[in-house]
Amino acid sequence: MLKTRIIPCLDVKDGRVVKGVRFEGLRDAGDPVEAAKAYDAAGADELCFLDITASREARGTLLDVVSRTAEACFMPLTVGGGVRAVEDVRALLLAGADKVAINTSAVKDPDLVARAAEKFGAQCIVVAIDAKRVSALGEAARWEIFTHGGRDPTGIDAIAFARLVAEKGAGELLVTSMDRDGTRSGYDLALTRAISDAVGVPVIASGGVGGLDDLVAGVAQGGASAVLAASIFHFGQATIGEAKAHMAAAGLAMRLDASAEPRP
Amino acid sequence: MTGRTVAIIDYGSGNLHSALKAFERAAREAGLDDTRIVLTADPEVVVAADRIVLPGVGAYADCRAGLDAVPGMVEAMTGAVKEKGTPFLGICVGMQLLASRGLEYAQTPGLGWIPGDVGPIRPSDPALKVPHMGWNTLRAARPHALFEGIPTGEHGLHAYFVHSFALTPERPADTVMLADYGGPVTAAVARENVAGMQFHPEKSQQLGLALIANFLRWRP
Repeated sequence: MLKTRIIPCLDVKDGRVVKGVRFEGLRDAGDPVEAAKAYDAAGADELCFLDITASREARGTLLDVVSRTAEACFMPLTVGGGVRAVEDVRALLLAGADKVAINTSAVKDPDLVARAAEKFGAQCIVVAIDAKRVSALGEAARWEIFTHGGRDPTGIDAIAFARLVAEKGAGELLVTSMDRDGTRSGYDLALTRAISDAVGVPVIASGGVGGLDDLVAGVAQGGASAVLAASIFHFGQATIGEAKAHMAAAGLAMRLDASAEPRP
Repeated sequence: MTGRTVAIIDYGSGNLHSALKAFERAAREAGLDDTRIVLTADPEVVVAADRIVLPGVGAYADCRAGLDAVPGMVEAMTGAVKEKGTPFLGICVGMQLLASRGLEYAQTPGLGWIPGDVGPIRPSDPALKVPHMGWNTLRAARPHALFEGIPTGEHGLHAYFVHSFALTPERPADTVMLADYGGPVTAAVARENVAGMQFHPEKSQQLGLALIANFLRWRP
């Protein structure tokens, strides 16, 4: 039986983890490779790096981080941020990413998704959708795509966009509620559910996790195949093992076999 | 008397370094210190190797084209496998390339070593998403040396899958492992000295390292 995935997400800037990861025994809290090793050992099902480096020139730094992570960890790795062309996808895959997330560029040019999927297979192309609720209270719920960290509205309906990129060949959608991101008030479950119901590809719920019940709700109510969280794991509020145990106790199918594996 | 050189074929398909590192670690942990793992695009190295690994990430037609673009590589692989009996492991699209043909985007001929087609996964339950992505358990179709000592079944270890297409062998005996995803999905195939894994052993942690160690000791 296929299991629900838990995916810790690290924001990376200029090759360093933004705000750091507070784990016991971590020599360098800002080193993405160290953090990745710790999550690998903790039994995370996948890992996600989102690069928020502003400059194009620093691209080599990201590739180096990806390459060192892939050498040290045997867990699947998704990398996103600043992916603008098929060549960017290729560079990340060759560096060791298993999947590449495309965000703003997919909004500007949905055919980039098709070109990348045809070249590398749909299974490694993730489209990251940042959406905000734009309907007024009492209206039927409606969400719009926002770019640039939630600043710039596009006028594009999030559900229609999700359908479009899935048709173009996205193998997975990373759906982040920009209303909830950083609020710790839980995923926007209606958004997650609406997109999951609209497409045939797996959806990762993201944005707003405040506690372990939010992870359960993302799957049970949101219909997500995987749940992504950052701060609850980075700052030690919960371990991956605790999150898995909690979700399993709630009746979700979880992979419990790897958490105790010692790492040399 | 262990296999001394393992050639991982480099034909421009992604993520070779994780495969290299996983094989190196599995060899080290299995005490096979005399085993050398090399990434190579050189057909002569492949012919001379004691074991051959064909990884593969990407679209079927693109991987086939990449393999054909390395002069002499398909001939070298075929000679080693068919004449020398070199143990061979295909991973993901590298496993799918063992089939007669792939039906992803276009119809593309495979190597034909495990006769059958690679077609889209169609789970019987429409709520199940495609790609089949993530960690699934395995169900044995028949015992095989590559899975010796690896717990399978509903309470067994997990393998990491990420694919939208799957190989259906014409000969049922070629299927070694299945995954359940709205019906059976071929997870591992084997025939004589040729084996293929749909999942990624290099990403499958305990199960993956155990499987790679078994491959390094395999005497088909």
